[in-house]
Amino acid sequence: MTIGDYAIIGDCHSAALVSRLGSIDWLCWPRFDSDAVFAFLLDSRGGRFAITPVAPARTSRAYIQGTNVLVTRFETPAGSLRLTDVMPVASEENKAHRLVAEHEIIRLCECERGSVEIEIVYDPRPRFGQKKPRVREHGKLGLAMDVGPRSMILRTDAPMRSRDPGFGARVVLRSGEVLHFSLIWTDDGPAVLAPLGAFTRQAIGRSIAWWQGWSNACTYRGPFREQVLRSALVLKLMTYSPSGAIVAAPTTSLPERLGGDLNWDYRFCWLRDASLTARALFGLGFRCEAEAFVTWLLHTTRLTRPELRVLYDVYGETVMRERQLDLDGYRGARPVRVGNAARNQLQLDVYGEVISATTHFVASGNRIDHETQRMLRRFGNFVCDHWDDPDEGIWEERSGRRRHTYSRVMCWVALDRLLELASKGHLPNIDALRYQRTAAQIRLAVERLGWSPALASYVRDTARPCVDAALLLLPWYGFEPADSPRMRATWQRIRTRLCTPNGLFYRYRTGDSPGEGAFGVCAFWAAEYLALGGGTLAEAERMFEHVLRFANDVDLFAEEIDSTTGAPLGNFPQAFTHIGLINAALSIEERRQRGHAEPPLPKVGPKPQAEAAV
Amino acid sequence: MNWPSITLWGFIATLTLTTLMAASLGIGLTRMNIPYMLGTMFTPNRDKAKLAGFFIHLVNGWLFALLYAAMFQSMHAASVWRGALLGAAHALVILTIGAYLLPGLHPRMASEHAGPTARRQLEPPGFLAHHYGFQTPLVALVAHVAFGMILGGFYQPV
Repeated sequence: MTIGDYAIIGDCHSAALVSRLGSIDWLCWPRFDSDAVFAFLLDSRGGRFAITPVAPARTSRAYIQGTNVLVTRFETPAGSLRLTDVMPVASEENKAHRLVAEHEIIRLCECERGSVEIEIVYDPRPRFGQKKPRVREHGKLGLAMDVGPRSMILRTDAPMRSRDPGFGARVVLRSGEVLHFSLIWTDDGPAVLAPLGAFTRQAIGRSIAWWQGWSNACTYRGPFREQVLRSALVLKLMTYSPSGAIVAAPTTSLPERLGGDLNWDYRFCWLRDASLTARALFGLGFRCEAEAFVTWLLHTTRLTRPELRVLYDVYGETVMRERQLDLDGYRGARPVRVGNAARNQLQLDVYGEVISATTHFVASGNRIDHETQRMLRRFGNFVCDHWDDPDEGIWEERSGRRRHTYSRVMCWVALDRLLELASKGHLPNIDALRYQRTAAQIRLAVERLGWSPALASYVRDTARPCVDAALLLLPWYGFEPADSPRMRATWQRIRTRLCTPNGLFYRYRTGDSPGEGAFGVCAFWAAEYLALGGGTLAEAERMFEHVLRFANDVDLFAEEIDSTTGAPLGNFPQAFTHIGLINAALSIEERRQRGHAEPPLPKVGPKPQAEAAV
Repeated sequence: MNWPSITLWGFIATLTLTTLMAASLGIGLTRMNIPYMLGTMFTPNRDKAKLAGFFIHLVNGWLFALLYAAMFQSMHAASVWRGALLGAAHALVILTIGAYLLPGLHPRMASEHAGPTARRQLEPPGFLAHHYGFQTPLVALVAHVAFGMILGGFYQPV
């Protein structure tokens, strides 16, 4: 299986990846960052839960419209099979009237035509397969696996037998016959064991209704609505509903370079994405989610103020120490890491992100309390004191700190937005003079040191004359108009230097990243840059449509895209990429609604010289 | 019967037992959640069940404390060790007879023989409540012994 052969299901607490062959090969329970109970994705000993036709089958799959309920169809010569996968969700009102399992996966396997022989493999492996499972047969109560006092219980009407490994069955289903599977996880009190049959269908029906009700709140009516809504559904799936946090991806160590060591754990929440996430959610009309997210953000950052961590767990705690697991890795890409060493990095751009997200929050009619006001002032003071420090930058390089142009721009954004909040009466008692003076200093530093006359482009950092796709965000943050000569020249430089053979974009090209793929979100940033005035509306739409072609069959994007084959690379699905998709669509739609107003023609800049070898 | 004494120490002993059980649940020693189990007799709502169950458990604890007090009265003496012994016996009864009878008494608890139904979906405790984690008997024993020791140590028979 390739990364693109997976689809995601989830319940806003955790998520599972289901392959085209009907196998759940990845599941961390009960939280996104818990240990995996199925990790076949990373090692054949990692455990899985497969329901697959024995005969070769043609597979097609899709989500039920406006939901995260996955339907996979298998066509074999003898018959066809429909497999429905869902992690049930329901409204609070609905849950108040019935017992509900804490966490559940429902699988419904129906033979639609002819007869199909299926193979069922249930092979749970707690703690990423590092622990030998002990599964007890409890008769009608199901197959129970204890993980400490926690329990995972499978109930099914399939005749499961003990096997090596795990449990399994081979069943011939004839037209109209159905098998039900309910896999639950419990750690708070006795398990709730849902009956099978009609009850299973009702649970699926409730989930469909809930997701469709949620999707109906989407106010976006522009082009590519289906893909935009799918991205919103992915974001919702990756939201940890008890806190409002959004994880970067539900997986760890899917490689950015096949067979390589660029394998990171993304099951945490990055502040880097904050402002873009807030804009995406508010922009689509998902006000509750946006407010929950910003509230989580403000609560979380309060714990470490005025210093901000790069990433936090779903409750705002510091992420666990990075360690390596003894797993083979996806197609041999080792090491497999859990935890993330980026937790100790300094990333100055996050100040701009958090403060900018707060301005979206305020702009939507919310107020900030005195405690948050005090925190924002401390952030502002911190930025004034530290904006010139070297940091690891947005891409979290592990090769040392540098003075990144993008980080400095985001420090400017932080002060600019604080001044804006103050001018609108939301943030009293700031040292406005100091903020204005520092913002002017930062602008001067960026315009002098972050600009290379030799390249005729803004550059990645003051030490290395090379470009960075993150610089395409400068217009979005209001630092520089998209149609300014400098931005147009930077765009030309980025296109020349970072464009991949298949028309996407690397995030940068230095010795730090040999062999890694195109960065998914960067191509959406390019589309957005064009929509903001860096190009024509048609150019922006063409770029956007081009990137959409690299989604998998259920419109999911990974972190990266192979620059030649177009295959997904890196953790999957990736919130950042989907946030980029939504924001690009919003900007394109805004441009379209402005009446196709074309930006002024670019001024001709100096001819760029060859970029320094890096 | 020393009513003020049993009222006060019955309350404290029950609170201690509940705290020990909740702490054991929190640190992952057991899944036995007595307030939830009691509360689901009256409502399927998880949060409401826990709240209702907590108060029911407090009342239960007082009633059991009366029983303990009656035993201390009949023995004409109360001590920590007598209390511990009664607590251990109490735990044994709960884990064996209680766990055995509970699926029949609890309107939302499934039985091992029939499996879950539309109304009965809660996992039954099984022998010694080991379905809720293999350390559950030990946790229940410690919590009930603590309950008995507090009553035995502080109750003043008249």
